[in-house]
Amino acid sequence: MAHAHKLSILRGTVKFKSNTQKIWGVLILLSIITAVEVALGIYKPEALKTHFIGMKLLNWIFIILTIVKAYYITWDFMHMRDETPALRRVVVWTAVFLICYLVFILLQEGGYIESVYKNGFVKRDF
Amino acid sequence: MDTTVVNTDAREKVWGGGNQPLKASYGKMMMWFFIVSDALTFSGFLAAYGFSRFKFIESWPIADEVFTHVPFLHGQEHPMIYVAFMTFILIMSSVTMVLAVDAGHHMNKAKVTLYMFLTIIGGAIFVGSQAWEWATFIKGDHGAVQTKGGNILQFVDAEGHRVKLADFVTAGTHERVQQERKNGLWFVSEGSLPTYTMDEVIAGFEANPNLSIRTQLLDEHGHKTILPREEALKQLKTNGKKVVEGANLHSNEYGSPLFADFFFFITGFHGFHVFSGVVINIIIFFNVILGTYERRGSYEMVEKVGLYWHFVDLVWVFVFTFFYLV
Repeated sequence: MAHAHKLSILRGTVKFKSNTQKIWGVLILLSIITAVEVALGIYKPEALKTHFIGMKLLNWIFIILTIVKAYYITWDFMHMRDETPALRRVVVWTAVFLICYLVFILLQEGGYIESVYKNGFVKRDF
Repeated sequence: MDTTVVNTDAREKVWGGGNQPLKASYGKMMMWFFIVSDALTFSGFLAAYGFSRFKFIESWPIADEVFTHVPFLHGQEHPMIYVAFMTFILIMSSVTMVLAVDAGHHMNKAKVTLYMFLTIIGGAIFVGSQAWEWATFIKGDHGAVQTKGGNILQFVDAEGHRVKLADFVTAGTHERVQQERKNGLWFVSEGSLPTYTMDEVIAGFEANPNLSIRTQLLDEHGHKTILPREEALKQLKTNGKKVVEGANLHSNEYGSPLFADFFFFITGFHGFHVFSGVVINIIIFFNVILGTYERRGSYEMVEKVGLYWHFVDLVWVFVFTFFYLV
């Protein structure tokens, strides 16, 4: 069994000598991202509370950082980086497509029901 | 497989079997398929949570005010700290898992054993932390009043800080006895009664002129609305229905009942995944010690449970974001 690992992350800007070293490197990256999330979650800077496409800018930052973390967990811990492109696409595109669809439908509908409550067409608080 | 299939032959007949276009073994492929389907299950849950949250966007509880506890630090408020610790533990156990897989590639039994052991420990700490988090959430700490419309009214002092029911209400003698299955109406029971009755809460509220009430509604700055005292007293007398302490599936002192329902359901489902992951890890750990994979000549089984374990970590990253951060 030959195990050729691809040893660079961040589009080749950071290269590692061995697979073990890469694992620790990815851990440091994930820890930094989590630390940034926690710091933003505790202090909640006022400047980031402006609304941007239906949500607070801060929430967009959280979601994007989460997707970045998910990428590194899948690519480096689950060795997706070393799988064939076909397997990668089968797994990632299927999930991403279905999740986007589901999230869009449900959030759209949730927002609509909220507007119905808010505009007083339906009374729910007696 | 390679010994039974003639490679040149298989290349000519694409559908004749023996090809491995994705260059992954059967077991690994099936684990990936399972992970995709499980990912969609979790996405369904989280999207449903998003649906309910968008539906009650102006009255959803603020996570920072709910999850503020850290073990051994009683009465202090440290939002995010403990859950950040839990996240770090899970990422760390993911790292030891991937190190075990890497040691397996080098057929290093001693290292695989050590790293598998550390992974199991990390998983156990995480499940334990989650149990503690649940216990704290169920117990609650301030207490609140639920209105007829199902909304939650919380008590605050003049500065807007939360006040516990225990700090201003005195419990009298209660005539009301909890209905059990064995007495009264046959086989009909009810949940445990709250410490205080509505009348005692109202009396305590009237006796403390600096108290007021906080509703579920968020103002434009994202803070809960505080009612003026007269309005608060009127609300309490006309709409107050029952005293709520802690959380269950019917009502919780933090706000919308759906908040606790989704919290229990999603973190519970994830916690069950972690628990089963720990059990599977233990089985594989003993197989490693017994030398099963050494004899088989490949540690691929460690890689397969590794995929599952990383997936559990992956899901937690999203649960963390949507329950505690956003």
